[in-house]
Amino acid sequence: MSKRKPYIRDLPVDWWMKQLFYTKYMIREGSSVLVTIYALVLAWGLFRLSQGEVAFNAWLGSLQSPLAIIFHLCAFILALYHTITWFSLSPKLVDIQVGGKGLDERIIIAVEYIVFAIATVICFLVVI
Amino acid sequence: MTDNIIEIGILRYRPEEDDKPVMQTYEIPYNDEMSILEALHYIKDHLDSTVSFRWSCRMAICGSCGMMVNGIPKLGCKVFLRDYYPKKVTLEPLANFPIERDLVVVMDDFIKKLEAIKPHIISKKKKCLTEGTHKQTPAEMEKYQQFAMCINCGLCYAACPQYALDKKFTGPAALALIARYNRDNRDAGAAQRMEIVNQEEGVWGCTFVGYCSVVCPKDVDPAAAIQLLKIDSAKDYLIGMFKPD
Amino acid sequence: MAETFEKVYKRSHEPIFWGLFGAGGMLTAFISPAMILITGVLVPLGLLGHETLSYEKVHVFATSWYGAIVLFILIALPLWHTLHRIFHGLHDLGFHKGRDIQQVFCYGFAFAVSVFVGTILLQMA
Ligand code: SF4
Ligand code: FES
Repeated sequence: MSKRKPYIRDLPVDWWMKQLFYTKYMIREGSSVLVTIYALVLAWGLFRLSQGEVAFNAWLGSLQSPLAIIFHLCAFILALYHTITWFSLSPKLVDIQVGGKGLDERIIIAVEYIVFAIATVICFLVVI
Repeated sequence: MTDNIIEIGILRYRPEEDDKPVMQTYEIPYNDEMSILEALHYIKDHLDSTVSFRWSCRMAICGSCGMMVNGIPKLGCKVFLRDYYPKKVTLEPLANFPIERDLVVVMDDFIKKLEAIKPHIISKKKKCLTEGTHKQTPAEMEKYQQFAMCINCGLCYAACPQYALDKKFTGPAALALIARYNRDNRDAGAAQRMEIVNQEEGVWGCTFVGYCSVVCPKDVDPAAAIQLLKIDSAKDYLIGMFKPD
Repeated sequence: MAETFEKVYKRSHEPIFWGLFGAGGMLTAFISPAMILITGVLVPLGLLGHETLSYEKVHVFATSWYGAIVLFILIALPLWHTLHRIFHGLHDLGFHKGRDIQQVFCYGFAFAVSVFVGTILLQMA
């Protein structure tokens, strides 16, 4: 008879709090919750826009509440975190060989940050 | 130097007497040239001969000595006491694998997955020896070489939460090995392996945590292999939509 | 014991959602920080001047064909990214039962809001 009795360890539900790397992964994924709410805020603003000037201005006014500002600041920070993680991981999806070697990660990431800066400037130019 | 002592905790599990693993701590003389694996040998030779662990090459080649060192998957022969001293070192069997005894884990599932992906060159047609060797340029080799460096240590499986959550997931090393063969210009078995890749338990079980690539002792970068295979799988999906077989 | 049966491979439909996730994630990475900063912080605090995001301007933009397309993409596409992550995040958090319903709910939500936004834009045009 076999004396074997393999022991299987359970995965704790809070596995992602026990290791910094996993926690950062969860924050990255969690950023999507605030970005979702932000998209809903915009969708609602669009709805108010369709109802006319008074409704739209009421929506603009509601964005001035301290709670709304705090929410948007948090969403901004997490969105930025998403940007940083997205850029740092994206070179893994690039399969380009230059001179018989894989393209240097740093070049890809640098290009992404340049495009990011341009996109941000364009956003400001469009609204102002 | 010789009076310095370092504490080593080992998660013990003796199937004949233990119902669950228990931590046991040993004190050994500290030496800044001693690897964790050598520390285990010291314990086995001088303090407690019942401690079990796997090893062979002592030089990060064979992939047998994987274990959790202070909660992080490492090769015991590739990390040193000096990396931790004066803190205590805690050794546990590789996470996400069943414990056979002490630091020895059951690797059957891992090995089965490696075998299932057909880890060998599948030629278009059998070549006669007189036709000579398969030719490959350095650039063609570069396409897969990194993914061919795997030593099957299993550290990436211990690092992968998706494997922890669902043992059906094919997992980092096996998927990287698929990329290794699919990207080899001498191989013609991609279509067979894509059937594994395309499944939910294939690449789509991955959420790109990326820790596998961090812990890999051979810089295989399984996370990159998996993301490239996701692109291949998406292409395969589109092709499948237009000409179903 | 040798396995006598042939393994059946089941193709996942994930590539569709992964494609949308990738597109939305890319858009979010490049644009969202600036958008949130403008609409959520700088404009409400009055730091960009009063005419920014005035009803007039926004209305003209939203009712032009190109503006409508831009707004639709900016509002709807990130949702296909975020709800994909939320769907997988639920599994990470330990909700392993009823994955099918979770999937219908998550992508259904992204779909519903996309339709909502699209309808408003079409109505205003
Ligand atoms: S990919 Fe790296 S971590 Fe995973 S089994 Fe191979 S060598 Fe070990
Ligand atoms: S003993 Fe061979 S890899 Fe450590």
